[in-house]
Amino acid sequence: MTTSAFVSGSSRALSVTDLASLIQGQLEADFDNIWVVGELSGLRTPASGHIYFTLKDDTSQLRGVMFRGYARLLRFRPEDGLEVLIKGRVSLYSARGDLQVYAASMEPRGLGGQQLALEQLKAKLAVEGLFAPERKRPLPFFPRRVGVVTALGGAAIQDILTILHGRCPYTQVIVRPTKVQGAGAGVEIAAGINDLNEHGQVEVIIVGRGGGSREDLYAFNEEVVARAISDSELPVIAAVGHEIDLSIADLVADSRAPTPTAAAEMVVPVWADLSDRVAGTARALTTAMERTVTDRRRQAIRLEERIGDPQRQVDALRERTQTALSRLRSAFERKNEGVRARFEDLAATLNSLSPLAVLGRGYSLTRTIPGNAVVRDAATLHPGESVRLTFAQGEARARVEEVTP
Amino acid sequence: MDISADKKFEDALQDLESVVEKLDAGTLSLEESLQAFEEGVALVRFLEEKLTEVEKRVEVLTRDNSGLFQTQNLETDEEGDT
Repeated sequence: MTTSAFVSGSSRALSVTDLASLIQGQLEADFDNIWVVGELSGLRTPASGHIYFTLKDDTSQLRGVMFRGYARLLRFRPEDGLEVLIKGRVSLYSARGDLQVYAASMEPRGLGGQQLALEQLKAKLAVEGLFAPERKRPLPFFPRRVGVVTALGGAAIQDILTILHGRCPYTQVIVRPTKVQGAGAGVEIAAGINDLNEHGQVEVIIVGRGGGSREDLYAFNEEVVARAISDSELPVIAAVGHEIDLSIADLVADSRAPTPTAAAEMVVPVWADLSDRVAGTARALTTAMERTVTDRRRQAIRLEERIGDPQRQVDALRERTQTALSRLRSAFERKNEGVRARFEDLAATLNSLSPLAVLGRGYSLTRTIPGNAVVRDAATLHPGESVRLTFAQGEARARVEEVTP
Repeated sequence: MDISADKKFEDALQDLESVVEKLDAGTLSLEESLQAFEEGVALVRFLEEKLTEVEKRVEVLTRDNSGLFQTQNLETDEEGDT
């Protein structure tokens, strides 16, 4: 059974399925390997991974689908409005009666070559490790001078200055003006990054521009820019306003911001917060020192209490010494008295032994003249001799009259 | 106590915070406490200087004919800016 058999007008009726199947066979035979150019619209990418779209030009439109297996191989993200070149076949989706283009490959038209080059460059730089996370340097915490590589007349520089000085009034900005689009923009941007490094005044560089079309952002996909960013001694923030893919500059940069405004917010802290933090820490320092001193004083007082007042100790010692001393003295005095008493006894005894004491009782002492010898025997005397008599009071001279032995 | 002018702001801030922490712990001798306090005061002074070290300025960097760098102030729309 051939198609022409039905076209030629047979009276036999076909089932819907038969007819759909016949149309399907016919379409697949005639449109097995076609190329078609059109604009994408009504793009849907459900979780299944298949891509559904409508392909249209000014006067016609066709439904299309790209199955997951092919979609996975795409090197760009399809989007509404994009003109694409599709290779595939045409068939009928008989369950819905929809005629569809079944795409096996898709390439952005016009951008095709450029896109391919971009993807190739991306792959090359990735292999060189330029996108490696370990290459990313941290941004300075509080840069005093910020470099900006962008167009002087653009919105980006105004946005950056507004945010920088709003957050951090004490920040110097050095702008290295460059073209950001058009021929030679990439080379200028790269030179700008190099210049700021060489000039050596800034601590971090923002490179970017406000949003633009894919074509406008092309400079940020150039290899010369990627190399300048990767060679930069200073950390670089890429701030390329874009809605679709990340640019190569974004991938190489140490940090990336979706807009110049976001980059400015990223690069400086809020000065007032920082100032508060310093002031708060300074207060904490004083408080901690005061507490240390108070604690030590309290500790000293506690220790002193344990030791006791040294003056009182001295006083107590002195008192003890004095008590001991006076006890010693009285003991000595007592002992002294004993000595005196003995002395007086002795003196009395001595006194009683004194011949003067005998004389006191009325006796007298007789001594010879001359010789002055004490006369103890009358027989030693001769009548007519003189003798000396000693009394308790005074002396006398006498003559012996008679001797009686 | 001198602090190198090259010292990073965040490092100095972290040092200051750790000085306060040490002092707060109360394990230092009085002598050490005083030393820590002096160090802290020097750090505070350093940080306060750093906070206002530069004045707000926007300059444009270019090269002259002989390739030497030139900077000139940028006129901006910002209020109070010159």
